[in-house]
Amino acid sequence: MSNHAVPRPRFEAPDPEHGTKAALKIEDTTAPLLDGKVSEVPDALFAGAMRFCGFAVVGLLALIVYQLVIGSNLSWHAFGWKFFGTSDWNPVEDQYGALPFIYGTLVSSLLSLVIAVPLSVGVAVFITEMSPVSLRGILSFTTELLAAIPSVVYGLWAIFVLVPILRLYVQPFLGKTLGWTGLFTGPPYGIGMLAAGIILAIMIIPIISSITREVLTVVPQHQREGVLALGATRWEMIRMGVLRNARAGIVGAVILGLGRALGETMAVTMVIGNRPEIAKSLFAPGYTMASVLANEFTEATGDLYLSALIEIGLALFLVTIVVNALARLMVWSVTRGQPSKTVA
Amino acid sequence: MGVGITVERLNAFYGKTQALFDINIKVEANHATALIGPSGCGKSTFIRCLNRMHETIPDTSVNGIVRIGDFSVYNGTSATQLRRRVGMVFQKPNPFPTMSIYDNVAAGLKLNGFTNRKKLDEIVEKSLNNSALWDEVKDSLHKKSGASLSGGQQQRLCIARALAVQPQVLLMDEPCSALDPISTGKIEELIFQLKEQYTIVIVTHNMQQAARVAEFTGFFLLGKMIEFDKTEKVFTNPSDKRTEDYVTGRFG
Amino acid sequence: MNSEMILPQISWRRRATDRLMTGLSILTVLLVLLPLFAIFAYLVIKGIGSINIAFLTQTPKPVGEPGGGMANAIVGSGVILGIASLLGVPLGVGAGIFLSEYGRNRYGDAVRFVSDVLNGVPSIVIGIVAYGLVVLRQKHFSALAGGVALAIMMVPTIARTTEQMLLLVPQSIREAAYGLGVSRWRTTLSITLRTATSGVITGIMLAFARVAGETAPLLFTAFGNQFWNLKVNQPTAALSLQIFTYAISPFDEWHRQAWAGALVLIVLIVSAVAAVRIAVRHGTLAGA
Repeated sequence: MSNHAVPRPRFEAPDPEHGTKAALKIEDTTAPLLDGKVSEVPDALFAGAMRFCGFAVVGLLALIVYQLVIGSNLSWHAFGWKFFGTSDWNPVEDQYGALPFIYGTLVSSLLSLVIAVPLSVGVAVFITEMSPVSLRGILSFTTELLAAIPSVVYGLWAIFVLVPILRLYVQPFLGKTLGWTGLFTGPPYGIGMLAAGIILAIMIIPIISSITREVLTVVPQHQREGVLALGATRWEMIRMGVLRNARAGIVGAVILGLGRALGETMAVTMVIGNRPEIAKSLFAPGYTMASVLANEFTEATGDLYLSALIEIGLALFLVTIVVNALARLMVWSVTRGQPSKTVA
Repeated sequence: MGVGITVERLNAFYGKTQALFDINIKVEANHATALIGPSGCGKSTFIRCLNRMHETIPDTSVNGIVRIGDFSVYNGTSATQLRRRVGMVFQKPNPFPTMSIYDNVAAGLKLNGFTNRKKLDEIVEKSLNNSALWDEVKDSLHKKSGASLSGGQQQRLCIARALAVQPQVLLMDEPCSALDPISTGKIEELIFQLKEQYTIVIVTHNMQQAARVAEFTGFFLLGKMIEFDKTEKVFTNPSDKRTEDYVTGRFG
Repeated sequence: MNSEMILPQISWRRRATDRLMTGLSILTVLLVLLPLFAIFAYLVIKGIGSINIAFLTQTPKPVGEPGGGMANAIVGSGVILGIASLLGVPLGVGAGIFLSEYGRNRYGDAVRFVSDVLNGVPSIVIGIVAYGLVVLRQKHFSALAGGVALAIMMVPTIARTTEQMLLLVPQSIREAAYGLGVSRWRTTLSITLRTATSGVITGIMLAFARVAGETAPLLFTAFGNQFWNLKVNQPTAALSLQIFTYAISPFDEWHRQAWAGALVLIVLIVSAVAAVRIAVRHGTLAGA
């Protein structure tokens, strides 16, 4: 800042006493057009209505909890914790144990993760780090198209295309080569746990890969450049500069996929075989919590039967809530609270 | 016609941070008053207190007395009603992007329940005339969107939009800061003419502009009003050393 | 070590790993695209052959008789989705307005979190809730119950996208309206929401596409129906339900119709999504 005086600019300020005549005559305006009293009531009403809508979302969740808790009351009092630990599901004798369904849900979901995670992360890495820009949009659009296909259509395809392939080619091959593990034994029906896991995997790939992609894109560019500058190959850059920094977000994406797999109903119901048994072999038929609801809810005649089914619904609800909340927090920790662009 | 503005002991806050300290000022009706000062001095906050725009930002508060004509701003009347008397032009032109030129100008009236179509046509034409935009847009009133105009035209559109409600006071918050010199010149010429009908308060970071358009000038520094006087006096013979330093360019 | 070489050559192992991993990720892309193409190919091949005028205009024939169609299911889906939209869209948009205009605080955060959680609730569980809410009270299955179930599923999606779209509207646009003496509610509806219209519609269409193919929540709400029914308080057929019933049936004729139904369903959903893409590209916000 220079300290010596700057010559004052010359001003010809308008003189308040005389004023200056305008060149263009402004047309006369009348008194304010809108001079009536303004009521504050409509504003308050509107704000109230919008608040109502917002809190209605919370109300919906509360309503879900209420319905499930009330509905499952009978079964809870009849069986207590034993409900989740026994595997006898017998409507004729009014004995209900949910273990086979819990087992089937967990195994089919975990199996789907084993298949879907490497594929989804691979796709996400390819799209964000390797793909030419021109291909990027098409690839992400196509993978998202997978998410637009309804569950029942996946099921239809699985019954008539996937299951025969499994029965005729995949299962005999797996039985021969990996039968010794005990996971791939028994007659190759096609239908069963393996088919459910595969169709679930196909269904959750779009979710996991699109969120992973989102997480990868927020990894700052300088992390990549830092590793490249050390003379790393591209893969080393991806491994050290990108994947390591996005770890928590990718785990979140995977858990979100798990949440979807746990609650998925139609496609699984159509191919899992629907038998409440716990078997080690993935060729064997199974049953999930969601599919027993789909199959038996409308046929449940006794009060206790219906209540037991609702209790399965409650358990499914609680598990998916916990899983989803966990996943959201992990994704947020990476994207720092930016609203997710993916409507999952 | 314009009305005068009286401000007494006005304080404004953002959360716990005080942005304005005990401002007192009397703005004369049908004159232009300029507010100058380095950025962050509170001049924009001040002008936004005059039409209660300050309170639209979450976690802000105001106390003090503001009177616009016979209207007490912070005493029982609704902000909405007040703003119909006090037009505002913002730093960046902000026409409604989805509306045509006509609808932009008519928006204030239409959205407040004014339905007389013939009267509306008249007011739109008059307002665009008064903001010196009519000749440039009269052929595309309904065809073009407000956002398709140039920056200077957009700002004049925003002025027309404010005038259409026929306010008594026009607040301008650095209306030329986003415009090129030619558009700036047009707006300044316009301000010159508008003050025959309206009381104008204009915030500007450009001292020459203040000198060109305003009869009165207030100098703000760190949330306080240092000096308020006839423009000529403020620029040629200020009574406060800090004003002198600012107008001669010794700081800021 | 060669002292003249400042940086060692990248070893062949590191190079090979790099190539291998690149190859593997290309392989994953192919593996993921394979089922997508397979599904669409089967849909088209098996579906087109079975779509005819009868399929689009007739109700199902009894088992064993050839012919018949899914006209009642297509219309039924329309009725159920109409009810769902009627209930879900205003509530969802309202909740979105709350989140963006009134919810920049703890309450808003709570609603945001709950709607994300609600988004993850399995659709079959929503079905149970609608069963308890509507079917038990009415004492029979109905289109209304199905609509309620789907509406509950639409709300969180619409709320969150509406919020995001409204937040994209610059604050200065709202201020312009306030400055004209336009009240807050009027500003929100006629200025903010209007400016964000195309984005909000996108959100609504996405939610619509998502529930359009839902089956699980309809199983014990709308229930399905082999005949024409336009009464909202009676069991109603839906395209997705019909596909399910036919797919797990043992009859070839029904399998054929299931494929046709699936193709119709997919075409409806994909055209909705495509319409959204086009609307967004030419959207008003794009130019703002």
